[in-house]
Amino acid sequence: MGNWLANDGLSFFVILVWLGINAFLFVHFYMQFLVERWFYSRAILGQALPWARAPAACLNFNCMLILLPVCRNLLSFLRGSIQVSDRSAARQLDRNLTFHKLVAYMIALHTAIHILAHLFNFERFMDAQLDKNDTLQYVLSQIGNGDNRSYLNPIRTKDTNPTYVMFTTIAGLTGVFMTLALILMITSSTEVIRRSYFEVFWFTHHLFVIFFIGLVLHGIGRIVRGQTPTSFQENNPAECEKYYREWGKNGTFCPVPNFAGNPPMTWKWVVGPMFLYLCERVVRFVRSQQKVVITKVVMHPSRTLELQMRMKGFKMEVGQYVFMQCPSISQLEWHPFTLTSAPEEDHFSVHIRIVGDWTEALYKACGGDKTEYTACSMQMAIDGPFGTASEDVFRYEVVMLVGAGIGVTPFASILKSVWYKYVQQNANVFTRKIYFYWLCPETEAFEWFADLLQSLEGQMVEKGLTDFLSCNIYLTRWKESEAAHFTVHHEAENDPITGLKQKTLYGKPNWTTEFNNIAAKHNGAKVGVFLCGPLGLAKTLGKQCRTHSVSGVKFIFNKENF
Amino acid sequence: MGKIEWAMWANEQALASGLILLTGGIVGVAGQFAGWQFAAYGVAAGVFVCLLEYPRGRRAKGTSVERTGQYCLTVCVKAFGPITRNYYVRAFLHAALCVPGGFMLATVLGCVCLGIASLIYLLAAIRGEQWLPILPKTETREKPRESIKEPPQNPPPRPPADLRRKRLEDVEGAAYVNPIPVTGSED
Repeated sequence: MGNWLANDGLSFFVILVWLGINAFLFVHFYMQFLVERWFYSRAILGQALPWARAPAACLNFNCMLILLPVCRNLLSFLRGSIQVSDRSAARQLDRNLTFHKLVAYMIALHTAIHILAHLFNFERFMDAQLDKNDTLQYVLSQIGNGDNRSYLNPIRTKDTNPTYVMFTTIAGLTGVFMTLALILMITSSTEVIRRSYFEVFWFTHHLFVIFFIGLVLHGIGRIVRGQTPTSFQENNPAECEKYYREWGKNGTFCPVPNFAGNPPMTWKWVVGPMFLYLCERVVRFVRSQQKVVITKVVMHPSRTLELQMRMKGFKMEVGQYVFMQCPSISQLEWHPFTLTSAPEEDHFSVHIRIVGDWTEALYKACGGDKTEYTACSMQMAIDGPFGTASEDVFRYEVVMLVGAGIGVTPFASILKSVWYKYVQQNANVFTRKIYFYWLCPETEAFEWFADLLQSLEGQMVEKGLTDFLSCNIYLTRWKESEAAHFTVHHEAENDPITGLKQKTLYGKPNWTTEFNNIAAKHNGAKVGVFLCGPLGLAKTLGKQCRTHSVSGVKFIFNKENF
Repeated sequence: MGKIEWAMWANEQALASGLILLTGGIVGVAGQFAGWQFAAYGVAAGVFVCLLEYPRGRRAKGTSVERTGQYCLTVCVKAFGPITRNYYVRAFLHAALCVPGGFMLATVLGCVCLGIASLIYLLAAIRGEQWLPILPKTETREKPRESIKEPPQNPPPRPPADLRRKRLEDVEGAAYVNPIPVTGSED
């Protein structure tokens, strides 16, 4: 077994700490409701009271956390400042979406426990009101009948039912709206809906606004009531509990206990992150107002659209991505695309695959029928750029870049930047060797990238730098008719598909062989493995990285995902 | 939002509602709450909705992803023909099923969620969507093209042998045009 710590150790630690805090909050707040001050409350509710309060505390904590991983501008800023000192810590910020989902699951779990406990609480409060006149529960429920201030039982009369009470208390009503919003958000966030009907997911997810409003207002009714401290001095449950029939009567030493509700606490937890998220949305909006000029539109085969753009003050690094919005197509949709241009160029570009509603509309709006179109007067808004793992490429001595199909786009940016650095500026770059793997199911997809690779290859040969970049292109699927063509032209100097001197390979790469070769050639180095591709490939590569990270060579896996 | 199949989301929502109704019902019965009969109903209705909604339908466009082990239920649901295929029926069925849940606190959440699922199914039905089962396709091998089956029936198109004989003394005169146009190989 390899060195798992290098790849996943820090993530595991973060998750462990988070789970630990959850467990601590749960137990701590459970115990808080077992004290004497809550004796009379528990006399009616039993253990259901602490079972409701403990997940409530965990919910406060998790609702505070959930907004943070989706503040991408804040994360980008943090990443930039951490990256200077600690590379692996910066990488943790790539896992933001994973963490967001984990916190969401925890919120769902605690919500379920909270609601189930409250079902018992409502039922027991109702039973107490309907009880016989001489039980403790009944007597407790009658306290505060006059002024409606010092009561314990929020159900004030027996001519009602729990459902009605729920809809007429602030806590109950906000609870209903919150839970509905949460359920709708969850059902529209499943993998199937997200991957196929992104818009449904995106719009429904904005119900979080209702969720947070409900969350902040949930406690203002002060429905959870315990004995007041002054009352506790005068009426100690340990002594006075048995004499409940004589409370407050002349000559007894136990006055009627008084109860009050806890002030709402949740806002203290969530106000900070809510403010940060608000800032995040403002930043996105401000950025979107900046003018973007589309300088060139190119339609490539395999339904790929290239847009070259200019924006004042736009600065990027290799392999970053931007969110694009086209107001004429949709006012509310922002879609992420990887930048395919190098920072050294005077414009920035994206290559977009036409797959859904939005991209189809974009294609039509840009005059998709023509192959090249120099002016496109369409309005565009850009948010970003945001950093992902590819930014780290030049911090490794040896690098493996693996792109599947359209997943090669971040690496287009890297390779272009490499060309500029070495060939034009001859800068001293830390990276000594790049192994590039491109897995592609169809030949037309090569076209737009083939030009780049061809020019790179030519330049490398000219400058005698052929050793720096090792390109391995794999065609994973082909038609019978094409196969005949390949066999016939097998001996040609230039590859029949890409026109490169480096021959295209057929089928899938043998990763074990590749990793072994690289490990053998670069003993003692840290090899960065960067993937932009499907989950199956990520699992394979992750496993290979772990297996081959032995004595000396360390393979660090970076996955890019949207 | 042109090509969205609302039924996919309605299905997720309905399945979740079934589970919520079931859970609320179990708690209501186990805790012997007042009105526990409604909770018992919630258990039955919850189980029914879960079984009905577990098999995911086939998408009209794109690849459909099955839920684990849904094949048996797919066959059962398919057996009811138009009753389960039509989403209007499902919309009204869920609307009717959810009503008794509203009479007790433990099942009220399941009731509202199922009601929402019913509304989304109604939308899907108005848009003309249907439930189609995801069944494994029987493998059909592509038949080899006609030309490979039989050996060529006719000789290749070229002029008779004496014309084709090399005539070194008159190279230009020996050139001929093929009577039948010949196309190059696929390039």
